[in-house]
Amino acid sequence: MTVKTVSCRGSNMIRMNFVQPNRRLVLAAALTATLAELIGGRQAFMANAMENGDLHNKNIDYKAEKEERVLRRINNLKNTRPMTPNYEGHIPLYTTEKALLFAISGLRSFFHPENGLNIVQLGEATAWPIFLESMKRTMLSDPTGRRILRDRPNVTTQQLDMDHLAEYPKGSFGYQFYTWCKRENVSPDTRAPVSYIDDPLHAYIFKRYRQCHDFYHALNDMPIVIEGEITVKALEAANMGVPMATLGAVLAPLRLKPIQRERLYQTYLPWAVRTGLTCKPLINVYWEEVLSMDCNELRKELGIALPPDLRNMRAERKAKIHDLNLKYKKLKEESHDL
Amino acid sequence: MIKSAFSKQTLRMVSTTHFGSKTVPVDQKAKLVGHVFSSVASKYDLMNDIMSLGIHRLWKDHFINKLDPGMRPGANEPLNFLDVAGGSGDIAFGILDYAKTKFGDTQSTMDVVDINPDMLKEGERRALDQGRYFEDPRVRFMVQDGEQLEAIESNSKDVYTVSFGIRNFTNIQRGLETAHRVLKPGGIFYCLEFSKIENPLMDMAYQQWAKALPVFGSIIANDYDSYQYLVESIERFPDQETFKSMIQDAGFQAAGYESLSSGICAIHWGIKA
Repeated sequence: MTVKTVSCRGSNMIRMNFVQPNRRLVLAAALTATLAELIGGRQAFMANAMENGDLHNKNIDYKAEKEERVLRRINNLKNTRPMTPNYEGHIPLYTTEKALLFAISGLRSFFHPENGLNIVQLGEATAWPIFLESMKRTMLSDPTGRRILRDRPNVTTQQLDMDHLAEYPKGSFGYQFYTWCKRENVSPDTRAPVSYIDDPLHAYIFKRYRQCHDFYHALNDMPIVIEGEITVKALEAANMGVPMATLGAVLAPLRLKPIQRERLYQTYLPWAVRTGLTCKPLINVYWEEVLSMDCNELRKELGIALPPDLRNMRAERKAKIHDLNLKYKKLKEESHDL
Repeated sequence: MIKSAFSKQTLRMVSTTHFGSKTVPVDQKAKLVGHVFSSVASKYDLMNDIMSLGIHRLWKDHFINKLDPGMRPGANEPLNFLDVAGGSGDIAFGILDYAKTKFGDTQSTMDVVDINPDMLKEGERRALDQGRYFEDPRVRFMVQDGEQLEAIESNSKDVYTVSFGIRNFTNIQRGLETAHRVLKPGGIFYCLEFSKIENPLMDMAYQQWAKALPVFGSIIANDYDSYQYLVESIERFPDQETFKSMIQDAGFQAAGYESLSSGICAIHWGIKA
C-alpha cells in the first residue's frame, strides 16, 4: 500500500493507492481453504462421526471417558521425572535440568552470595558423583567415618541446645561452640535438606558435610564475615575437595576490597590450604561425640593450628583508622584556629 | 506389633478425596492445601506470574470489567461484596477501585475471606503498603472456610467473587451451596478459574509447560511440591459445562460461562433466584 500526497489547488489531499493484489495467489488460497474445510473441517468430522454412529451414541459412557481422560493427564503430569525418588525429599532431575540448575544458581550465588538458598542450590548442583564417591571412600577408610555412615547422625537443634552447651566445661569444644555462636550471634539452624542428589548415601554424605560447616567455623574461631566464610570454604576445599568450596574460594575474593583480599591471600588462604592438606579429613569427625573433648586436644589430634584471630585483626585495623581520623580532625581544627 | 494385629480395633472406613494426584482422607485435604498456600503466600504474585507468564493480570482485569461492579449514582443502598479465597486481595481491591473510578462509589463494603491466615496477612499488608483499604471500616479481612462462611449471614451479599480459589475447596458443590446461601436474592455468583483448554494445539503446549513447571518452581522458588499440586489441581477441576451444571445444581439461575485465552481459564456466573 503506498501513500501519495497530491497537492491540489489550495488544498493538500492525501490519497491512498492500493496495489492490486495478485489474483492467482488469492484464488489458490481460497480454494485450499475451502477444500481443507470440506475434507478435514468440523462439519466433515461430525458427519463422519454420524456415519459411524458415534455422534448420538447412547452407549458411550461420557462420564467414564471424561474421568479416564483426567486420570490419563494426571498420570502424564506425575511421570515427568527420570526416576522414582530414592529418599524423602528427592527431586530427580534430567541432565539438562541439572545444567540449568547449575547455571541459574551459579549466577545467583555470584551476585547474591548472602542468600543461603543460592549457595545451597549451587552446592548440590556441583556435588558431582566423582566427588561424593571420593568422600565416601574417605569415610569408609576410617573407623569413625564408617560409624558415621552406619549411625547416620542428624545434627538437630535439640542436640545443640544452647543452654545445654553452656554447661560444658570451659575448655571443651561444646563450650567453644557455644561461645562462638554467642559471639557471632547465630543459632545452629538446621541446614536445608538435600534434594537434587540421586544416590541416597551420597545425599546423606552431602547433608552431613552441610551440617558440619558451623563446626568448622567454631573449631577455627572463624567469624561469619565474608572473609571468614571464604577461609572456611578454602579449608573445606583443601581438605575434602568440595567443588563448590573450591569455586567459592577462587572466585569470591574477586569481589572484595583490596585490604580484605590482601589479608586473605597473605595469611588466611595459605593457612587454610596448608591446614586442609595436612590435617585429618574433617568429614570423619564425629562431632556429637567430641563436644565434651578439650578444644586444644581436639585440634592437636586433627592437626590444626589456629590462624591469627580474624575478628581481632579487623578490629585492630578499624581502631587504627579511627585513631588516624581523630588525629587529622584535631590537626584540621588546630589549623583553623591558627 | 503382633498384639495390635489381634486387638479388637475395628478399621474405620475413611472417606477420601484427592489432593492433586494423591488420595487423602477428607479431613486432611484442607490442611495439606493450607501448607501449599502458606509456603507460597509471600511469593504468590511471583508464582502466578511464572505460571501464567503474567497473563493472569489481564484475566483479572477482564473479570472485574465484565462484572462492572459499583453502586450506581442515584441508588439507595451501597453494595455488599464478598471475595472468597481472595487472601492476596487483588480482586477485592480491584473491585473497590473500579467502583470508585467509574461510579464514584465510596460506600460499598467488601469482605475479604480466606481459609489461610498467611494469605490474608499478605492481603492486609498489601492494603497497608498501598495506603488504601487498610483499617478501613468498609473492608473486613476474615479467616473463613469457603464451605461454611460461618461469620457471613445468609442473604446478605450482593456479589460473591472467587478467583482461582474454588478448585482448592475440599467439596466444591458444598462451596457453591454456601455461596447460594450468603447471596441475596438477585445476587451474583462470579467465579474465575482454570478450565479445559479448547484448542488442541494450545493444549499440547500447555501440557509440556505443566510438566516443566514444577522443576522451574523448584529451581527458582525452591518449591517443587506446591507447583506439582497446582498443576494437578488444575487437571482435576471440572470443565466448563460440568461446572456450569454444578452451579445450576446449587440453585443458581441463568448460569453461564466465558472461556478466556481459548479455555485456559473461564469465568462462570450464576444468579440467585
